[in-house]
Order: sequence, then structure tokens, then C-alpha cells
Amino acid sequence: MQTIQLKPKPKLPKLKQLKLKFKKNYGTIELTLLALPAIIVMFIFNYVPLYGIILPFKDYKPMEGVINSAWVGLENFKFIFSNDALLKLTANTVVMNLLFILGNTVVSVILALFLFELSRGFVKLYQTILFFPYFLSWVGVSYVLVALLDADRGIVNQILKYFGSVPISWYNEPKYWHVILVIIYIWKMAGYGAVIYYAGLMGTNKENYEAAKIDGANKLQEIWYISLPALRPLITIITILALGRILNGDIGLFYNVTLDSPMLYPATDVIDTYVFRAVKGMTDIGLTSAVSLYQSVCGFILIMIVNGVVRKINEDESLF
Amino acid sequence: MKVKAKNKEPVFHLFIHIILILCSLACIIPIILVVVISLMHEKDILLNGYTLIPHNATLNAYVTIFSNAKQLISSYVTTIGVTVVGTFTGIWLTATIGYVITRRDYALRKQLSFYVFFTMLFSGGLIPSYILISKWLNMRDTYFALFVPGLVSAYNILLMKGFLQNLPISLIEAAKIDGASELKIFMSIIIPISKPAFATVGLFMAFAYWNDWMASFLYIDSDSKIMLQYMLVKVMKNLQFLNSPEALRYGIIPQDIPTYSARMAMCIIATGPILLVFPFFQKYFVKGLTLGSVKG
Repeated sequence: MQTIQLKPKPKLPKLKQLKLKFKKNYGTIELTLLALPAIIVMFIFNYVPLYGIILPFKDYKPMEGVINSAWVGLENFKFIFSNDALLKLTANTVVMNLLFILGNTVVSVILALFLFELSRGFVKLYQTILFFPYFLSWVGVSYVLVALLDADRGIVNQILKYFGSVPISWYNEPKYWHVILVIIYIWKMAGYGAVIYYAGLMGTNKENYEAAKIDGANKLQEIWYISLPALRPLITIITILALGRILNGDIGLFYNVTLDSPMLYPATDVIDTYVFRAVKGMTDIGLTSAVSLYQSVCGFILIMIVNGVVRKINEDESLF
Repeated sequence: MKVKAKNKEPVFHLFIHIILILCSLACIIPIILVVVISLMHEKDILLNGYTLIPHNATLNAYVTIFSNAKQLISSYVTTIGVTVVGTFTGIWLTATIGYVITRRDYALRKQLSFYVFFTMLFSGGLIPSYILISKWLNMRDTYFALFVPGLVSAYNILLMKGFLQNLPISLIEAAKIDGASELKIFMSIIIPISKPAFATVGLFMAFAYWNDWMASFLYIDSDSKIMLQYMLVKVMKNLQFLNSPEALRYGIIPQDIPTYSARMAMCIIATGPILLVFPFFQKYFVKGLTLGSVKG
């Protein structure tokens, strides 16, 4: 507690006081003005759409607009939660993302461990090639996949025929698509993961490896006792961050690569593709925005949990 | 550079090379396949299906496409225009706000950081954005709809912030004592010394704009304004239609037009140039990805 009473400063005339205040804050005003265009753009495209949280409580009619459409209370939520379609969408989204995270991490880490054994020149060469599919858009990937999986002309069916098997109508058979999407995801993304983990390995202490060599450790022991533990923090953080986005399906992947084939929806329809199709047709906006809000709220909770976990592990890595 | 110990375990190294060569082939062959199909004769495709080795190569598909290239050219022009304008505008906006929230002496730093960061935590979703852009802002079927909504994103700002965090504050203070305005400091000091940051973030933006298909899908009605990736989506859809039983019923049977090879050729023409350019900037991608993946 402050016990000494400070003498109040002599009051300046009002105008002078204002001028001084302005001078003191001038830097702040200038910097704010510098950032202002970005602040406005962000406000329009990120903050204005937050009005969307009222949409699920309305019976939205495009003709009447957002304000004039009738309120319907919780009707939309009652419908989506009484129907197992939402459960199915959520399950698809979560299961696919889990498979992506698991498969991609395993493959990326293995590739990084392999690269780490090689000399710089080889690393550069392999890295460039493995990174290449990353630069292809998901639309481009959908063309590659058609070349492979087209029912009548695709390479895979030709191979099946060659070995006397019955060709498969891939784009009509949902049961294969978990595996197909995981493979194609790893194909596109593992190169980039490998580069990140390789960079992580390059940062580890070289002395540990020297010591292991002197102790007569073999390569596998080296990997198991030195490299993997060294990578653990990086793997943990990347995985946890990915878990925070587990309800967000990559729409480029799920919409384009499946050619939006309705036969595949049982396996490949995720929350984002469902919302996307409804937007394009402007149908069932009330219901769809209920699904969308459900996704946003769950996503928010997930990120909060994830951040709490990260903060526990390593404060520096936490998002906020 | 690391000097490798002499190969004490040649078998292990051989194993690694074999695996990595197989992975490399798996990465490259599917893309080569698309190139090969684009060079195949239509009747070979109908007879034998796609093959990795063409019996006799032809440029028929490319000739067909370029003989009627109006759509292709307008999509290319739109895509290049959107990418250039979007990236340069976006990088200015991203850099200014990113720079301001790294300034420790900025009084509203905490508030502005939260303003940016909050957009990563919670979003209104696609539907309100769609109504906003197409109805309220009247951007439907305009070029603005293609690049304005994507100009600023929290992710890019945080990436930029990560780069700019290590700026020497003494430089800024010295300039301030000399009486330079904040805008001048930003333009004549910050931009020149953070070129790698601008290059990396700009590259990410250009990449995102070039590969965007959703904005064209959602907001564009006239074919003259659609971007390349969405043109590819449409080409694929139309072909699906031409090959469907409905098309046969309506008597629409593709003849002579090299449809199968042409769509792959279209894919090559639309994505090829950029596929050859981006790997040269791999260094910047790696830097951005490493930074971004951890500080997402």
C-alpha cells in the first residue's frame, strides 16, 4: 500500500495538456494508421461474418434476407441432433483426419530419419523430388488419381485385369476410399513433413551420436535412443496442433479428389463438403448453418484444450 | 557442412537408397503418367486404356486445345492478374499489421494481436461469408470476389510476425530521433531489411491464389472470369457428363474430339508452368513451413 501522498502535478492549461497527450500518443496513432487498412479488411471478412451465429436460429430465405427471415428457435438444432447424419459427418471428418495425422507423421519421420543418414547432396536431390507433389493443387491431384483409378482406362484396373482380377469401379465404391485418401494425402504431404523433421534432426547435438558410436551402438539403437527422442517435442507439437483442427476437412481434397461422386459420400463426406454443397445450392441454409456453428464451437473448444495441453508441455510453443 | 563418417554400414545405406528411390519414383511416376496420357492417340486410349509408355506420341490434344483456346487464355489472364494483384496488395496489408504487432513500444500491441489471433479461434463459417460477399458487398461475378476476401489471414500475419520479431529496434529508434514518420521507417528501413520475409510470405500467398478454385466456383458466373483451377474442375465435370449414360441418351457422343488425352493436356497446360517454377523457391517454402508449423 502506498502511504506517501504525492503532490498533485500543477495543472496545465487545457489546450497544452491535450497537445502533450497527442504528442505522447502520436506514435501509437501513426502505427495504428499504418495497420488500419489491414484492420478494416480483417474486420469485413473475418468479423462481420460472425453474424452467422444467428443464422441457425432463423428460417433463412434468400428473398427476405438475414434480418427479416423468421426466428425458429432451436428447431434447426433439434433436427440436426436428432438425425444421425451429423454423427456420420463428424465421424468421417475425425476418422479421416486421425488417419492423415497418423500416416503422415509415421511416413514423414521415417523419411527424415533416412535422409539424416545421407550426405548433403543426396538429401537435396531426394528432398526436391519428394517435395514435388506438394506443389500440385488438389485439383491437379484429382487428375492424377483419375489416370490411376478410372474404371475403364485407369492404370490400376489394367494391372488388376493383367493379374486376372475383376476391375473395380473405384469412384462408386466407398469402402476403399479411406485408404485411397490416406495414401494420396501422404503422397502429397509427406515430403514437406520429412523436410520439417529433417530440419529438427539437424538441430540435435552431434556429440550424442559420437558417444553412441564409441559405445558400439548400431544404427537402429541410434535411431531409437537418440534421434526419436530428439524429435519427440517437434512431433508432439505438430500432432497436437493438427488435433486442434480435427473437425476441419480439407475441402480441396474431399471435394475434388473424390470428384464429388455421391456414391462415395458414406465414406468421404465431411462437414466442410456438406456445408459447401449447401452453399452452392443455397438450400437448407438454416440447417447447414447449424452444422457450421456446431463445427465452429467444437473447433473452438478443441483449440482451447490443445493450447492448454501445449502450455503444460512447453510454454514457449503455446499459441496464447 | 557435415562431414560424414566413412560408410561403416553399407548395407544399411543401400537399404535407405532403395527405399528413397522407390518413394521418389512413387512421387514422380503418377505425374509423368498424366503427361504421357496427354500425348496419347485417342483411339489408343479407347482400345488399350492409359499406358505409361505411349505407342506413338502425338500432340493432337494440344493442337485441339490451342485451336480453341479462348477459355484457356482468359483463365490464364485472370489467374495471373488475380495472383499478382492479390499477392502485392496482400503482402502490404499483412506486412504492415504484422510489423505493428511486433513493435514492443506500440501501446495497443496486446489488443491488436488478439484481434488478429481471435480469427483463428472462431469463424462464422462459409455461409455468412458467402452472403456477405455475394449479396451485401455485391461482389458477385466481379474480379474483386476472387482476391479481396483472401487478402489478409491470421496465419500469414503470424508467419510475418515470426520473421519480423528479430528486427533491430535500435535502427527504428535512431530513425525516430531523426524525425522519420512511421510510414517512412516502414518503407525505407523495414522493407529493405526483411526481403526474405516478404519473399516467403508472398510466395505462400501467390501459391494460394494460383491454386484457388473455390472463389471462382462460389462467386463467378461468367466463364470469362473463372480461374485456371476451377476451369480444370469444370473440364473434369463436363467429361464426366459426356461419358455418362445420360449423355448417350441425349445423343451426345464425343467423336473425334480427343477428350481423354485433352483433359490431361489441359491439366498439364494449366499446372505445368507453375510446377516448374515453384520448386526453385523450395528454400523459402521450407523456411516458411518450418516456422509456420511450430508457431501455427
